[in-house]
Amino acid sequence: MKTTRLRRVYVWEWPVRFFHWIFALCILVLGITGYLIGDPLPIQSDAEASHRFWFGTARFIHFAAAYIFLAVILMRMYWASVGNKYARWANFVPTRLRFFSRIGQVIRHDILLMKVPEDTVVGHNALAGLSYFFLMLLTFVMVFTGFGMYAQMSTWWLPKLFSWMPGLFGGDYLVREIHHAGMWLFAVFIVIHLYLVFYHDQQEGRGEASSMISGYKFMEEEVFENKKAVGEPAEPAA
Amino acid sequence: MKPISVKRPTYYQELRNKGYSRRDFMKFCTMIAAYMGLESSGVAQVTNALMNQPRVPVIWLHFQECTCCSESFIRSSHPMVADIILDKISLDYTETLMAASGHQAEAAMEKTMKDYYGEYVLCVEGSVPVYEDGVYCCIGGRSARDILQETAAGAKAVIAWGSCACNGCVQASRPNPTGATPIHKLIKGKPLIKVPGCPPIGEVMAGVLVHLVTFGRIPELDHVGRPKAFYSKRVHDSCYRRPFYDAGLFVESFDDENAKKGYCLYKVGCKGPTTYNACGIMKWNNGTSYPIQSGHGCIGCSEAGFWDNGASFYTRIPNFPGFGIESSADTIGTIAVGATAAGVAAHAVASAIRKNGEKKRLKAEGEASVEEIE
Repeated sequence: MKTTRLRRVYVWEWPVRFFHWIFALCILVLGITGYLIGDPLPIQSDAEASHRFWFGTARFIHFAAAYIFLAVILMRMYWASVGNKYARWANFVPTRLRFFSRIGQVIRHDILLMKVPEDTVVGHNALAGLSYFFLMLLTFVMVFTGFGMYAQMSTWWLPKLFSWMPGLFGGDYLVREIHHAGMWLFAVFIVIHLYLVFYHDQQEGRGEASSMISGYKFMEEEVFENKKAVGEPAEPAA
Repeated sequence: MKPISVKRPTYYQELRNKGYSRRDFMKFCTMIAAYMGLESSGVAQVTNALMNQPRVPVIWLHFQECTCCSESFIRSSHPMVADIILDKISLDYTETLMAASGHQAEAAMEKTMKDYYGEYVLCVEGSVPVYEDGVYCCIGGRSARDILQETAAGAKAVIAWGSCACNGCVQASRPNPTGATPIHKLIKGKPLIKVPGCPPIGEVMAGVLVHLVTFGRIPELDHVGRPKAFYSKRVHDSCYRRPFYDAGLFVESFDDENAKKGYCLYKVGCKGPTTYNACGIMKWNNGTSYPIQSGHGCIGCSEAGFWDNGASFYTRIPNFPGFGIESSADTIGTIAVGATAAGVAAHAVASAIRKNGEKKRLKAEGEASVEEIE
């Protein structure tokens, strides 16, 4: 029987992997604490308020995680300018028409499960890249609305940069509502993201899941030779 | 500030004439300076201004409103507040409180506008309807919009009293049948101070006017045009029930044990966390109480659109616009996540069938390798 020879490709450099896990952890922590802040648990207690601070603690964790969230997204944006080809902006931002035709190919092959040739990529496929672009936009929305509400409680210049936000929406109320709805969009994203990682990993056996730990993905030797001969298009990196 | 052209008595002279002692006057200056958030030297500035400045002429217009702003103002904790501004001393025109009526009243307004062009302060209580040529609010046969434009032209500054003038309040809530419009959308190019609230706190209103008199300019405003001295803190952040919030102790319903204990009203819809006002500090009715202290959550009356926001004063999680009455963001979010999960499950089943061949090939290849090793 013919066996596939695989070539190891270093796709995710350490800043990408570091960002991924810290970002994921932040979303988890922010989601849980944020949900609790929106709808606190009904706790009946005889203890005096002076002996309890769980809600204040939940808020503190939320705010601390928010700073880390902001820091890592800025770091990742920097790395999108200096990192390797799989980390670059071109993977996420559709600037050329070909990006869309590749998205179409991914939709036909992976979503609609049609018998069409696969767009063999080691980095993000075009659709995934675009989805991370929207995730980045969602992140901005959460950062702006979140820090917009937080600015008023802070004396530091950084959150103060966002103090104009609530005025834009005619008050804190709408800002809060957008921030709250954004949490659910993250939840939807997580469901799809996790499923697709599992799907690709077991469907293709190229190390999709472990790549975010080791940084390596695997490419069939013949695909590799092919790409080497033809040259790889710059966007989206493949 | 431009010197007032017509010689008029100062605030202090007027007050002495009304029988207030100097001691009363000094007490008032101290109190109002504290309310305005001035440092202690500010007391002298306020005193100096009220002793030496001739009174500023005021035209106070009433449009689509309930007069609760005026009521709040004349009931502010220090009677001198109402006396210096609202009584016949300083108020040149206001439908509610002036002695004159009919043609006399209109004549008084015209005289003020002519004599003190560019010097008077225009106070507006109420919103202005713009639909059907403003027919929904007419005074003396003229539309509110007409009167507003005319009086604003010669005003030194404009003060929008209350939520009606600042954001339209209840008459501008959906579907806003009369086209009720806040005045900042109708007046351009004039210094405008928004003093929202339904009504605003009387002392806040007085503080804004005294600031104008003392410093000859409008107070420092925030991003939406409200005086920072009174609207820079959330009701939530100055609430005496705040420790219960931080401790996670909440009233679950208005008749439970927690309500009796005075826990935080966050979960029964208190809008304190999104409302900027001074209620928690100044309180109402001579500092007696304010809504939260009486056991009812803040309804956010000083925030734009507070009637429409979430459609309920008694729920924390708002109804989500466009999805019917009883659907909160959480309901919709749960459904969205559920639908997504169903979608990926369907995809998993479909791919298991469609891509079975590829999977089998991978598996066979992997198993072959195992055999080879053995």
